Amino acid sequence: MCDQTFVAITFGPCDNCTKTKPLMNIYLNNEAINYCSLCVELMACQGLEKGETVAKLKKETEALKVKLEVERAKLHDTELHKLAEKVEAVGQLNIKARRVLKGHANKVLCMDWCTDKRRLVSSSQDGKLIVWDAFTTNKEHAVSMPSTWVMACAYSPSGCAVAAGGLDNKCSVYPLSLDKNENLAAKRKPVAMHTNYVSHCTFTNSDLQVLTSSGDGTCALWDVESAQLLMSFHSHTADVLSLDMGPSETSNTFVSGGCDKKAKLWDMRSGQNVQSFETHESDINCVKFYPNGDAFATASDDASCRFYDLRADREVAVFTKDSVMFGASSVDFSMSGRLLFAGYNDYTVNIWDVLKAERVSILFGHENRVSRVRVSPDGSAFCSASWDNTLRVWA
Amino acid sequence: MTIRSNRDHAQHYRPRMTCLKKVEALVVEMQDAKSGVPASEQKLTITAIPHVMTGQDILAWIANKMKMDANEAQALGTMLVAYGYIYPLQNHKKLVLQPDGSFFRFQTPYFWPVQKYQAEDIDYAIYLAKRNMRKKGSLEVYEQERYNEFHKWLNPKWDFIVLQATEQYRANKQRQKADRVVFDCQERAYWIVQRPPPRAHSALDCMNRLVDPNDEKRTYDHYRRNTIYLMQAMARSRVKSTVSLGALVKYINTYKNHDPFLAPCAPSNPWLSEDDTYWEINLPTVEVPTKMRVERWSFSLMDLFNDPRGRKDFKLFLKKEFSGENMAFWEAAEDMVWGSAASMADQSQTIFKTFLAPGAPRWINIDGRTMGLTVKGLDHPHRYVLDAAQTHVFLLMKKDTFFRYLKSPVYKDMQKKAIVPALHNYNDAQVEANAKNRRPGTDPILIWQQMDTERKAADLAGKPVDISSIKNKIDRK
Repeated sequence: MCDQTFVAITFGPCDNCTKTKPLMNIYLNNEAINYCSLCVELMACQGLEKGETVAKLKKETEALKVKLEVERAKLHDTELHKLAEKVEAVGQLNIKARRVLKGHANKVLCMDWCTDKRRLVSSSQDGKLIVWDAFTTNKEHAVSMPSTWVMACAYSPSGCAVAAGGLDNKCSVYPLSLDKNENLAAKRKPVAMHTNYVSHCTFTNSDLQVLTSSGDGTCALWDVESAQLLMSFHSHTADVLSLDMGPSETSNTFVSGGCDKKAKLWDMRSGQNVQSFETHESDINCVKFYPNGDAFATASDDASCRFYDLRADREVAVFTKDSVMFGASSVDFSMSGRLLFAGYNDYTVNIWDVLKAERVSILFGHENRVSRVRVSPDGSAFCSASWDNTLRVWA
Repeated sequence: MTIRSNRDHAQHYRPRMTCLKKVEALVVEMQDAKSGVPASEQKLTITAIPHVMTGQDILAWIANKMKMDANEAQALGTMLVAYGYIYPLQNHKKLVLQPDGSFFRFQTPYFWPVQKYQAEDIDYAIYLAKRNMRKKGSLEVYEQERYNEFHKWLNPKWDFIVLQATEQYRANKQRQKADRVVFDCQERAYWIVQRPPPRAHSALDCMNRLVDPNDEKRTYDHYRRNTIYLMQAMARSRVKSTVSLGALVKYINTYKNHDPFLAPCAPSNPWLSEDDTYWEINLPTVEVPTKMRVERWSFSLMDLFNDPRGRKDFKLFLKKEFSGENMAFWEAAEDMVWGSAASMADQSQTIFKTFLAPGAPRWINIDGRTMGLTVKGLDHPHRYVLDAAQTHVFLLMKKDTFFRYLKSPVYKDMQKKAIVPALHNYNDAQVEANAKNRRPGTDPILIWQQMDTERKAADLAGKPVDISSIKNKIDRK
């Protein structure tokens, strides 16, 4: 709901098959029409007509790509660091590890904060999900998952449930309880079912829906109560490794990044891929929205983090340095969006100044690669989860 | 030994290895006879081993070349050892670069990690068999266990393995003593990296991708889909860089005083002072909010809505203006979008009866076109049916009601009442004392339950009074 919204007809009779369904708006012969996703797929898959060859189609696509870049470049009249020249530099940051959470028996693969700013849930390769009160370092709940390599975990917005998924191809929701001794594994509710591993999951603005991304190349939106698939998102040509929902004003959209080096923006209402960015040189490990929802950052195996602007439809900054040689696994913004925290495979966390694209600080401490970095909901600290079996909270 | 190779590390090779392109360039530079790391010959248990470097020299060279400080150089050096480009001679199982006089050597490119052929189990079995042959009992406990396992699983290929091992052993015997020692060290280092001892961290560990993005043959439907996407992408409206980037800079400037990493938070950051007062005074259910929180409400309507306390204040203002139906409609529509699939039909009916039907008790004032679209859509209720109306109402509130709220006595009153907590200035001893008395904080489930009961009570109070039921009681004649 930013200033750019227009009343798009997202549901109604399809122009082709006239059935009432969620609509995608596409362009045929430069005319805007609304087709349902089935008709779009049929159109794409209809056999080659006379005179059409795969090579010709490929050439057409390449030509359009070049045209798109030209269009994008037309409105490009300034760079971010030029605008940021007048902004004063970030001062010396005195960030240290304030808590070290030990308790997992194997690599910690994922973590997520609770909205109460002090609790967090973490999942690890030993198949355990632990809910910690990070402030007191107490473990509040421990759940055993049916499979190892739990790559995705999320805390619900109300704080009453957690979701987790991984190599078992499923994402399950576990309602939490006030009783510490209750066996939470018994109340497990399988929600998502993919055909390959679940790489990332998150609750939407309520406890009743879960958005997941998977190694089978798709993202999907699920209804928790009925475990029903509400919408699926197809466009990536390889594993999707990460996704992030837009913050409140733009919460009809989410961005995903995958092994096909692309970061894509999706409209949740119609399932359409609205924007796509392909400037990375290797797999995108993590994507994260900027706090105002008009931009996002990505972390990739090519040792760079990049910053894309959605309204200008282009990449606006690259966070890279000669001495940073190893892939970045995770990124997150500080509350104001000035700082970008990135965890790398060389066991360090680098802090970048978003406006000037310079590195502000580097943090050591982990003894194996950092798998996830997340800033707490009120921005007072950030937590890094690592393959050295620990989590560290830095402030 | 000088190596001047640098191959292309595109995605074609093993996944997650593109970063090693830069690393290998660095390693090649390090081995340069003139400008690389100084190496000398060292005597190690009777044999003289050439090209040996000390940990200190390597670190100094890295720090100098990359202009890093000691800690970073240490981290990078350790990564070089962990990936197997440099191996230690003395404590060969500990893959860390120490800043002291311990000896290291460069690994031969044959054994670099980014070879096209992965280190197969058969190769490992051959290596273990060879070691076993040389001196019975020279295998470590974990190696012996693995060897026994291989004997079980690779039984059909065992003859081949033993044959290869014997051949390699014989070939090795014909080498010169110095070369033999060097080759043994290199091979041992390679296998330590590829097959680490139990409970050792391995840098090469990673989840393999399912699909190799460069392998697939593209069919025509892939190109058609791309074309459809590209045409739609071109027709999208874009914004000038100055405008959008300017907005980003403005956002940062607006929030920079509220960012705990950039400005101190009042009274103190709980992680630094071990005192969680900051969270207690900012709970969603608190009576009097802090000044910073009230200031944040003025930044945008969404900031106001995201804070439950802010929403309460806004609703109070709307009640005074007798225009609460817009907010109620917006909330009801949000509930529908994020609600469960089963409740869709019911919710849409309730919303229609309460807000949209002509003569409804809380009728919202939206333009004819939107109303028409919405009512038509309600024939097939789905979660986004109210999207158009919701956007319209939100924009109305954002452009008009919000600004009136900010100038209203309700808001000004709240600004006056808002507390400015005094800054804690704990010294180290006090922080330690606080650390011993950390409070557990309220369980989020309890907070949610409290807010839920409050919301239900508010809903009940806000419901339009059912006149007919009261009339029955009055009209008794």
